[in-house]
Amino acid sequence: MNSVAAVTRDPAALPRLALTVLIIVLLWPGFRLTEFDVGMLFDPRNRETMGKFVATFFPLASAPEFLRLVAKSTLETLAIATAGMAFAMLIAFPLSLVVTRTLSISRIGPGPGVLTGRMLRLPARFALMFFRSIPEIVWALVFVRAVGLGPAAGVLAIGIAYGGMLGKVYSEILESGDTRPAIALLETGCGRLGAFFYGMFPAALPELVSYTVYRWECAVRASVIMGFVGAGGLGQQMELSMRMLNGGEVSTILLTFLLLVVLADAISAFLRKVTQ
Amino acid sequence: MAKDMSISLSEVSLVYPNGLPAINRVSCEIGNGERVAIIGPSGAGKTTLLRMLATALRPSAGALTVLEVSPWHVGRNALRRLRSRIGMVHQSPPIPPRQRAVTAVLAGRLGRWPWWKGLLSLIYPVDIQGAEQMLARMEVADKLFERCDRLSGGQLQRVGVARVLYQQPDLILTDEPVSAVDPALSNRVIGELNREAVERGVTLVASLHAVDLALHWFPRIIGIKSGEVVFDLPPVRVTDDMLRELYASELTYAPTQDNRPLALNPTGIRRKPLCS
Amino acid sequence: MRFVHWLVILVPAGLTWASFAYLSLDLGQLFTAEAQKQMWQYAVSFFPPDVSSDYLARIGAGTLETIAISAIGTALAALLGLILALPAAGRFGIVARVIARLALNFLRSIPELVWAALMVIAAGLGPFAGTLALALHTAGVIGRLFAETLENTPPEPAQALRLAGSRQALAFLYGTMPNVVPQLVAYSLYRWEINIRMAAILGVVGAGGLGQMLYFSLSLFQQQQALTVIIAMLVLVAIVDGASAWLRQRLVD
Repeated sequence: MNSVAAVTRDPAALPRLALTVLIIVLLWPGFRLTEFDVGMLFDPRNRETMGKFVATFFPLASAPEFLRLVAKSTLETLAIATAGMAFAMLIAFPLSLVVTRTLSISRIGPGPGVLTGRMLRLPARFALMFFRSIPEIVWALVFVRAVGLGPAAGVLAIGIAYGGMLGKVYSEILESGDTRPAIALLETGCGRLGAFFYGMFPAALPELVSYTVYRWECAVRASVIMGFVGAGGLGQQMELSMRMLNGGEVSTILLTFLLLVVLADAISAFLRKVTQ
Repeated sequence: MAKDMSISLSEVSLVYPNGLPAINRVSCEIGNGERVAIIGPSGAGKTTLLRMLATALRPSAGALTVLEVSPWHVGRNALRRLRSRIGMVHQSPPIPPRQRAVTAVLAGRLGRWPWWKGLLSLIYPVDIQGAEQMLARMEVADKLFERCDRLSGGQLQRVGVARVLYQQPDLILTDEPVSAVDPALSNRVIGELNREAVERGVTLVASLHAVDLALHWFPRIIGIKSGEVVFDLPPVRVTDDMLRELYASELTYAPTQDNRPLALNPTGIRRKPLCS
Repeated sequence: MRFVHWLVILVPAGLTWASFAYLSLDLGQLFTAEAQKQMWQYAVSFFPPDVSSDYLARIGAGTLETIAISAIGTALAALLGLILALPAAGRFGIVARVIARLALNFLRSIPELVWAALMVIAAGLGPFAGTLALALHTAGVIGRLFAETLENTPPEPAQALRLAGSRQALAFLYGTMPNVVPQLVAYSLYRWEINIRMAAILGVVGAGGLGQMLYFSLSLFQQQQALTVIIAMLVLVAIVDGASAWLRQRLVD
């Protein structure tokens, strides 16, 4: 009570001020770098283009031949997602079997296989990481240059990128499950594949299926988006309509896309419920 | 309406929307500068009565006047002005967990300050000394810049009281203000509230669970049960039988701070309450 | 095996076959010696990556641009999300709530890349379009979460302040915001992390950053430069991952 004269200051004031200044200092060049200019939106030329474009959003395009085209692209999108997933599983399964440590025979006892096992696992792990760390749309761009415009690039892109993700998650699922049956089989001299199919697969199956179905749902969305760089399907169609500033077509395709996402979500939810 | 009346209730009833009657035809007048304790078993309607006086609940029937204003018959601004003159200490202090004590206390005067002062105080506390003084009266001055979720229940409750002291209201309502504070401190807190009321000549209405505190500090005791006033007497005339009757449904003796039976004198003369 | 099990196996298998047939994809064609040789040549043409100091400087600029797009986009999104969350949490009546929720759902369900393509038309090629695209999509995501937080925040503190005569806006700032701000900040930072990845690839439709560089280099058949961009993307993402894990560990309290 004897130090009444000393006026207390807010100890948080300085840190707060410093944080505010720091944020401003960091964001300010950001506005410059992003060429941030709200005026651009109201630039008469841009506004006219956009205005005309948006004005054509309604009514939706509903010419029969266009709807047929949309239906065809929608099927193509679904087919790209499905075929891509098949391709991804083809990549993921063998790699995840190699990577899964619990399936390693050499780990059971000291033997000559330890080094070979490690030598094999490392590149497989690296391949999975490489596949999944490059986004699918970049893979799509790369493959469009390699195999040309069209669905093949989309299938390959989903196959590679999702193969990497599936492989990692598959091996995680297998390792997190009950590993005793498989190890018991390995110890009785059973082969790697046998141990996998009889000791691990049955218990892990629901989770594997569930994750695969979930990824399929993502693949549907991704295959639409990859269309923007020319990998076929609904996205490619949307890109064409946008380039022609045909708003009605764009809104029809957007609506189709939203419906497709809802549908894929419902199908995936249903499948996951059935398999549980 | 009688003059110099802080609170006047005439035939006031309150029925909750679910049909539960909480207050039943209560009439009572409390003069300016009076100090009143409301006691009664839990569920008797103490909190409802206080919330009604705080203009949080609207009576279903009867006439209610607080500080010579009829809160439900005036405009928005007048109601806001009235509310800024009423300070309510809640049982569980309604303070956001991450707010600092200083901000929580200063928020008490938001109703009096112009809006820009309220905004300014968010950036830098405008009256640190004022807040510190009030916290010191509650013996938690060392928690001035502490976050409220780092305080104990009792400390937080005292921060809540400090906020109301800082508000400098003309009517102080307290709903079980010391339920989380130990007996010795309870005495201090209730004493501090009484001192504030006496010094500034404002009205104090407190609902208390501990009967000994009520009898010790308040010159007027209102006992309520099932939403009705059972007695309204100075503490010297509250008898053992009355208390036993009041708490008959839940306890065999009147609740006190440390749950020791209340030593009642058959002649009814006990400690002299603080003079007003 | 029961009938259902067969169904679970056969239907996907059939659908997969149908998909390949519909796309008239011949996987065999991919594995012919000729195709494999071409693929190999294409893959080899990416090496070695272009590390001339000139190009690295441009990569640096592109990376900065990507980070700026994500930061400004996320900041704008937090602001817009906050503005939309208030009506969406029912603060201005039921009609405003329905309209705001519809708007948030609309913003959220259109992917960033589609927004980017639209914004390129509205604001021209360049990073500004990417910033707007991220802001719009993320505003939908943040706004919805924020509205939920607002709805789940205990109303008592603000109510008590109003009972003490405070104005509604100030009661909101003193009574509600302290509960909500930490979550808003934490979630915005989390979205920023996601948006850095997104900003790196948004450019493929012309919305600036590293993606646009990748698009140009691949279009001009400059695979070596393309590989440099891809490596830059991977490094950027790895750094962001590491930084966020480090920050998360330090801020865990």
